[in-house]
Amino acid sequence: MTKIKVVSFLIVSVLIMAMFVSGCAKKSEPSEETAAPAQKAPTAIDQATVGTITGKISYSGAKPTPKVIHMDTEPACVSSNSGPVYTQDLEVNSNNTLKDVFVSVSGGVDNYTFTVPTTPATLDQRGCTYHPHVLGVMAGQALQVLNSDNTTHNIHPIPKENPEWNTSMPPKAQPLDKKFNRPETMIPVKCNVHPWMKAYIGVVKNPFFSVTGDDGSFEIKGLPPGDYTVSAWQEKLGTQTMKVTVGPKESKTVDFSFKGE
Amino acid sequence: MIKGVALKSPLKQDAASGRGMGLHRFLVFLSLATLFLIVAGALVTSNDAGLSVPDWPTSFGSFRMPPMVGGVMYEHGHRMIAASVGLLTVILTVWVLWKEHRRWIRRLGVIALLAVIVQGAFGGITVRYFLPPPVSTLHACLAQLFFALIVSLAVFTAPSWIEARARLEEPAGFSLRSLSVGAVSTTLLQLLLGAAFRHHWFNLIPHMIGAGLVSVLAAWTIVTVFRRYGEEQYLTRPAWVAGVLLVGQLILGPSAYFLLSSSAAAPQPTGPMVEVTVAHVAVGALTLAALLVLTLRVFRVVIPQRRPVDAATLVRST
Repeated sequence: MTKIKVVSFLIVSVLIMAMFVSGCAKKSEPSEETAAPAQKAPTAIDQATVGTITGKISYSGAKPTPKVIHMDTEPACVSSNSGPVYTQDLEVNSNNTLKDVFVSVSGGVDNYTFTVPTTPATLDQRGCTYHPHVLGVMAGQALQVLNSDNTTHNIHPIPKENPEWNTSMPPKAQPLDKKFNRPETMIPVKCNVHPWMKAYIGVVKNPFFSVTGDDGSFEIKGLPPGDYTVSAWQEKLGTQTMKVTVGPKESKTVDFSFKGE
Repeated sequence: MIKGVALKSPLKQDAASGRGMGLHRFLVFLSLATLFLIVAGALVTSNDAGLSVPDWPTSFGSFRMPPMVGGVMYEHGHRMIAASVGLLTVILTVWVLWKEHRRWIRRLGVIALLAVIVQGAFGGITVRYFLPPPVSTLHACLAQLFFALIVSLAVFTAPSWIEARARLEEPAGFSLRSLSVGAVSTTLLQLLLGAAFRHHWFNLIPHMIGAGLVSVLAAWTIVTVFRRYGEEQYLTRPAWVAGVLLVGQLILGPSAYFLLSSSAAAPQPTGPMVEVTVAHVAVGALTLAALLVLTLRVFRVVIPQRRPVDAATLVRST
């Protein structure tokens, strides 16, 4: 083959390579936010009649032993924690209740329209773990992601109903503002740089949700009188639902009980 | 057996004199580099680090080296090795276009370059579209096909391929050519099924069925080689290597699955799971290479049954 042919071939190859690179580079990330549904005026609720649902998430069965997370591959993660860090996928409180259970009103509020809160929900990356581990937001509510660590994280939610996105955040980066416009429980969130980092976001259409804390209790306020379905989701133990009727100014107790292995 | 049939050397250079060995040595080196790249890719998947660098072709918006920590070490490391293999492939293509006189080898060199370009594009698509299972699986499979192509080119440029070699008649029975092609084809299919399982496209059952098929066909091929041509080292060496690798693969496969299952609740990929799984991928590629070398050599020296042989046929067949 003559040198001219060889040079021609190389030029064509480089052009093809450039086309591939530019073609893929130009491809913008899929839209991070689906179009928000047209906002209807919020349904008027008589605040004088609203009720409350409270409850506890109890746990029975063998208490799981938390697993130590090994952060050795990232010195910045090791130094940002004063001691060992444990998994958060099934945290049983000292009173045999469960932490990080997402409780929401999943039925009975379909005819209502609610105002989306103007204050953003916050998800912080601190000590190479997510804070909080389980978070609830309303569809369309701003989500502010922080990186308080001295290392780069990538925040990568893996939704089914909302568009997926994966964004890198360098140390002490400016807060990242995102939102999910479609209801979806639960959206797993992970960091592919630090594979132990996991969080879950519950996106709901109404403001009636809560995440249990160190005492395993929850409180959902401001419910208009009516019949509701209440759901409780736990990362490893799944979802339970209960029906409840809330009368005017009534406070109802709904306790869930999860059984471990 | 027919011995002493003189074959025309297809190279411009005289293979017997040692000239022209540079390309063969380069291809052996490129084969090893490609195997290293496959191992690096397997480390990315096993460490769940595929999206630790969210952009492509840049890494964190730049072509500079990012801090090599956590999953970035695997993902960016894989990209660096891939870029090196791509550069080596450009050199290979230029080399064969410039120096190689066999037109089909030149074509294979061009195909290698196109394959490496497409492979890079697949890698980019997997990142930019959040690891779609079919694309990630194709990316893994094209890696194996590229490896097979480079190994084949290394065989075709080896002195043992070029020099005059005695031809072997095939006795009555099942065609060794068909058997060996079947073994290589099912191994390729098995690598696809394994990749599809790793990338959450298929479940494990097709891969398990594939393991059975590969074992039967590969073992049948290897046993046939030893029974028919036990003194022909040109065939028995790759057959022996393929046999050892196959046994290793049959141990590594279930071990990898056991470690994967037992570490499912672990907060992060565990060391033994990653090591054994990556070894399973690497030995899978080596098994394919060994069976491919065996198959090519079978085609080189074994004369198919009931086929008239003359010197012209032998020359064309090279």
